[in-house]
Amino acid sequence: MSQIWLVPAFPLLGFLLNGFLGKRFGTRFVTFVGPLAIALSFAQSMVLFFQMLEAEGNVLKEHLYTWIASGNFEAGINFQVDQLSGLYLLIITGVGFLIHVYSVGYMDGESGYYRFFAYLNLFVFFMLILVLGDSFLLMFVGWEGVGLCSYLLIGYYFEKDSAAEAAKKAFLFNRIGDFGVLSAVMLIFLSFGSIEFGTINAEAASRLEYGGALVTAITLLLFLGATGKSAQIPLYVWLPDAMEGPTPVSALIHAATMVTAGLYMVARLSHLFVLAPFTMNVIAVVGTATALLAATIAVTQTDIKRVLAYSTVSQLGYMFLAMGVGAFGAGVFHVMTHAFFKALLFLGSGSVILAIHHEQDMRKMGALKNKLPITYMTMLLGTFAISGIPFFSGFFSKDEILWKAYSSPLGGPWLWGVGLLTAGLTAFYMFRMIYLTFHGESRVDSHTAEHVHESPLSMTIPLMILAILAVIGGFFGVPHVFHLIPNGMEYYFQGFFAEIPSGHGTVSTEWTLMGVSVAFALLAWFFASRLYHSGFDIASGLRSKWESLYQLSLNKWYVDELYNAVIIQPVRLFSTHILWRLFDQNVIDRAVNTTADVARTVGNSIRPLQNGLTQNYALIFTLGTFLILWFVT
Amino acid sequence: MIPVEHILLLSAALFSIGVLGVMLRRNVIVIFMSIELMLNAVNLSFVTFSRGMDSMTGVIFIFFIIVVAAAEAVVGLSIILSIFRTRKTLNIDEFNILKW
Repeated sequence: MSQIWLVPAFPLLGFLLNGFLGKRFGTRFVTFVGPLAIALSFAQSMVLFFQMLEAEGNVLKEHLYTWIASGNFEAGINFQVDQLSGLYLLIITGVGFLIHVYSVGYMDGESGYYRFFAYLNLFVFFMLILVLGDSFLLMFVGWEGVGLCSYLLIGYYFEKDSAAEAAKKAFLFNRIGDFGVLSAVMLIFLSFGSIEFGTINAEAASRLEYGGALVTAITLLLFLGATGKSAQIPLYVWLPDAMEGPTPVSALIHAATMVTAGLYMVARLSHLFVLAPFTMNVIAVVGTATALLAATIAVTQTDIKRVLAYSTVSQLGYMFLAMGVGAFGAGVFHVMTHAFFKALLFLGSGSVILAIHHEQDMRKMGALKNKLPITYMTMLLGTFAISGIPFFSGFFSKDEILWKAYSSPLGGPWLWGVGLLTAGLTAFYMFRMIYLTFHGESRVDSHTAEHVHESPLSMTIPLMILAILAVIGGFFGVPHVFHLIPNGMEYYFQGFFAEIPSGHGTVSTEWTLMGVSVAFALLAWFFASRLYHSGFDIASGLRSKWESLYQLSLNKWYVDELYNAVIIQPVRLFSTHILWRLFDQNVIDRAVNTTADVARTVGNSIRPLQNGLTQNYALIFTLGTFLILWFVT
Repeated sequence: MIPVEHILLLSAALFSIGVLGVMLRRNVIVIFMSIELMLNAVNLSFVTFSRGMDSMTGVIFIFFIIVVAAAEAVVGLSIILSIFRTRKTLNIDEFNILKW
């Protein structure tokens, strides 16, 4: 027996203990239970991972309980570990454990300490359900569950208006995506008679026509769900606002794990998606557009967490670009390396924020390099990784994606070009962040500056471990052209994803493209260092020349305002004038009031009958009896 | 032996006296007594039928009626007593606070 159920059971137990007993038993109990639950889960995931590698067909299955059995439809609580969910298990529990440990230091002294850990445990539980489920039903339970935990944790400081608003926004945008997923699941059930991933992948090619309307509709609806969860155009706007939550939450949920659920779904159903070339093109274009749009916004943001949030949206766009050109393995590879370096960067930013007393504005940072040496070093390594500096993890995964975008029959030079531009912007805004935060003159106010000191070990150790992973994580997928070690990712995922016809392009092209993207990243680094090595002064000269572009980027392309004008206001006007004033007041209220009026009028007219004279009642009673007797006889 | 018809006529006369008493008298105690009279008129017809048809069913019914009448007397008299304590009257026309 492989005991898969133990993996989600530990976090669930942790949630119950922390949620119901945490308040009574105090912080030491919570500190013990919260991270331990995830550590045990991680240990079991490791065991399962290696069992899965040994197992026949690289898959472990476990049937727990038959949930719904109706006719020939059956859906159960069945867990399944294969190449994809195995890798996700390790990311979720591994990175999750580090972030739990970090939270012990970061959340120290918060009044809702037990509540925070309870939610965090619950989130891990639902995320594990999401990747372990072998059918849409169980995956959807996890899908909704992580949405709920995301809502609870974004609104962790619910007494703050902006946090409560952000939580609502995240939830509503995810609901739009959920509508897509549910519709797609119903269509899938109608065409397959089953909602199990195994069946769908195996029978997709035989049951659905290649490029047909049905498969295109299904995959487009699924992709709508993915854009909600994974923050892509048009539903990405909730993710930057989600930074209202505590920083460990941003690292775990809104960078490393939950936002990759949409990618997980696309990768899981790769055999279905390749049947719809139109959808694949939509995914690639939307991913690329999102990557570029978010990167252009990130270059002017001054809130350190917002820079990272837009960077996350941008990197997720990269992953969808990979999916869209059929490079599912490369996409999942980037999910993994991104989990390492983005969690690292978020946790590093949290360490900075904590050190200068919850200040997130980079205009009030600077010269923190010597005061926060560990944070600085680890964040610098993370920045190297995300910028694609050679031999750091992001270099391998990003270049794999760019190469596939160029060479795949579904890709093309255009996708590659925009991807390259985005890569340059990524390097630029990341080094901008590093320079503004750690270099130059200190802009921290003098009162705070005296107390700045490095974070406790519980926070710096996770940073160091993640930094190591961010550096070496890429060697699992070294491209063939290096001829150094075999491409581990490709070997690992062999035969798992749907195959698309292999692309064109020669080894020399691959070398050239790689050289161009590295040169681009280094150039962007150089620009960032010239512009920002001593604060904002040099950049502000440039800014005045491009004032309108600057405002466009700073105000996030006015997308929120656009949504407000095009969707929210019309809906509100329609609701106010048509639904409320016209229908609710004139139809529903009137129907209710009329009913009451009729009852009152009738009551008024027959009220005198009850005149209080008992003998009148007796008379009527007797006469009634006679009347009945007269009718009967 | 008295013919059945005579006894039934007596029973009907007693019942009618009871009904008229309930409808015409103003004193609650008297109305109450009239109700008892109606019950016993019914008892009389029951026992008559029981003898005429040579069956015990009617007699058993009477026992039930007597028991219920006793219970009703207890409840009714208590109500009358408590009304009298608050209203200081037994005139049924003045017991009219439950009207609209």
